[in-house]
Amino acid sequence: MSISNQIFAKHCNKKSLESGEFVECDIDLVMVHEQLGGRISPEFRKLGLKNLWDPSKVFYILDHWVPPPDIKAAKMHQIANKFAKDYNIKWNMGQNQGICHQVLPEKGFSRPGMLIVGSDSHTTTYGAFNCIGTGIGATDVSIIFSLGKLWFKIPEVQRIEFEGKLGSKVMGKDVVLQLLKDFRTDGAIYEAFEFGGSGLRNLSIAARMTIANMSVEMGAKCGVFEADKILENWLKAHPAPENQINTKFNQLISPTKDAQYKKIYNYNIDEIPPLVAKPFSPDNVVPVEELGTIEIDEAFLGSCTNGRMEDLRIAAKIIKGKKVPANVKFIIIPASREIYLQALNEGLIEIFIQAGGVVEYPSCGPCIGGHLGVLGPEEICISSSNRNFMGRMGDPTSKSYLASPAVVAASALKGYITIPVKDIWE
Amino acid sequence: MREEKSKLKGRIWIVGDSINTDLIVPSRVLTEQNPDKMLEATLELVIPDFYKKVQKGDFIIAGKNFGCGSSREEAVYVLKQLGVRGIIAFSFARIFFRNCINLGLLPIVIKEEDDSQNFAPSDLGNEGDLISIDLTKSTILSLNSNKKFTFHPLSPFLQSYLDKNGALSYIKEQLKQ
Repeated sequence: MSISNQIFAKHCNKKSLESGEFVECDIDLVMVHEQLGGRISPEFRKLGLKNLWDPSKVFYILDHWVPPPDIKAAKMHQIANKFAKDYNIKWNMGQNQGICHQVLPEKGFSRPGMLIVGSDSHTTTYGAFNCIGTGIGATDVSIIFSLGKLWFKIPEVQRIEFEGKLGSKVMGKDVVLQLLKDFRTDGAIYEAFEFGGSGLRNLSIAARMTIANMSVEMGAKCGVFEADKILENWLKAHPAPENQINTKFNQLISPTKDAQYKKIYNYNIDEIPPLVAKPFSPDNVVPVEELGTIEIDEAFLGSCTNGRMEDLRIAAKIIKGKKVPANVKFIIIPASREIYLQALNEGLIEIFIQAGGVVEYPSCGPCIGGHLGVLGPEEICISSSNRNFMGRMGDPTSKSYLASPAVVAASALKGYITIPVKDIWE
Repeated sequence: MREEKSKLKGRIWIVGDSINTDLIVPSRVLTEQNPDKMLEATLELVIPDFYKKVQKGDFIIAGKNFGCGSSREEAVYVLKQLGVRGIIAFSFARIFFRNCINLGLLPIVIKEEDDSQNFAPSDLGNEGDLISIDLTKSTILSLNSNKKFTFHPLSPFLQSYLDKNGALSYIKEQLKQ
């Protein structure tokens, strides 16, 4: 069986599964963010239940609009916080920790073999940790809060075999943009990706998180990576706060020999160039060097896709000792407080500020046009985030181009979209 | 009674491929506690003033990948609140489809006849045309052109969910057991 089928089978107590089959699975962890104060709280309260099925399996964090930019967001946070208190949600992260998809793994909650759901489409990020992470809606959350179970349609699995290593100016983001170029935004609807191959040893956990994160941009239910030494080391360094979680999910899952795949694709990572997704779709992908001259008003480095240490280090290496043109808004948002602190200790924050960048507190920020760098009419942004839909980052006439943190940093310096001059991995 | 339930009639709105949830309900209204403000923003960049023009029982005809992007259930909520009865599309994004089932908005996946590459949402008619849907026979009839189309029936599992008129009723039923 494929990795995801093994995980689904275990959670619905079945020995074998057919793709297309409907099953009800037990949920190991449900992640909720601001949606708790949106549709979840009022809808769930209608049921009149006194308790959640298991408050120790709920991870709650505020990240989209933190700190609140207006009264409406502040009220939404109050509603969510009250719910978390009333129902004794155990893993209450509050609003000072960072973006859900960075904080949850960092705190050790995404472990091999788990079935994790979240009220956010980018819950697929946790696939980097050899587990299933998948996004659900608010009512789905209410179903789990009440019953601890949720229905799933068993997906067909597309296997991706990576070979080789990233080029001198290429990051994990470029790998997933290449996948988007090939699969398009509907190429994996209701399917699962499984990532493996000899090239994994050249892909960091950060790169894997980026690839799993944007698997949903191709419609995928999840994007699960095979386990290896790199993951084992990462897990050791990031234990869950409760040892029971560490011991329960300590089995690495590999596909069995009889695993069925819809198709197996081979990707030689060496051949992938720095890529960019043009507006208004993440699959509108071309090599940066074929883009022509696109001048920018903003460069955004951050989001659940690309706000990690690896991303900040590479951007800082490119930026160090240089100045961003005064007409470019260079916005840097570390994905979590941990990352913010580490970047501070490594001197990266100072490099960004000296270069003219604006470093913001961890949050989703301008990725959803919420705050901290919303785009005005006709403005153009190069962004390390995941979606460049019309109007998502601001005014409907603004345009976002998606690229790696290396391209974002190089573009911030030049004032137009471009690749870095030097080897970023040296 | 059963007969009436299995036949639906309504006007149609035509949209394209990959209508994402940011387009259906932009994030700037997600923190809105006044539901009317949220409804006013529905599909504003796709069909201006949709909230004023839409009528109860209308259908939206879309291309591929309707509802892609964010998991926001508000995207289904606003369409349902405005009276949209169902979405007819070539394919749906996964979370949007789940949300449809949970809130009781009918998601209809149309069959692409003979794998025709030229098949487009507009083949079902023009904006404002009337269609009639037969849920037992899984057919859609355009009342203006008399053209007939077929769709994939929902699996019995999902149909039973949808028949309960939303997931909250399902939860109540399960809790009683």
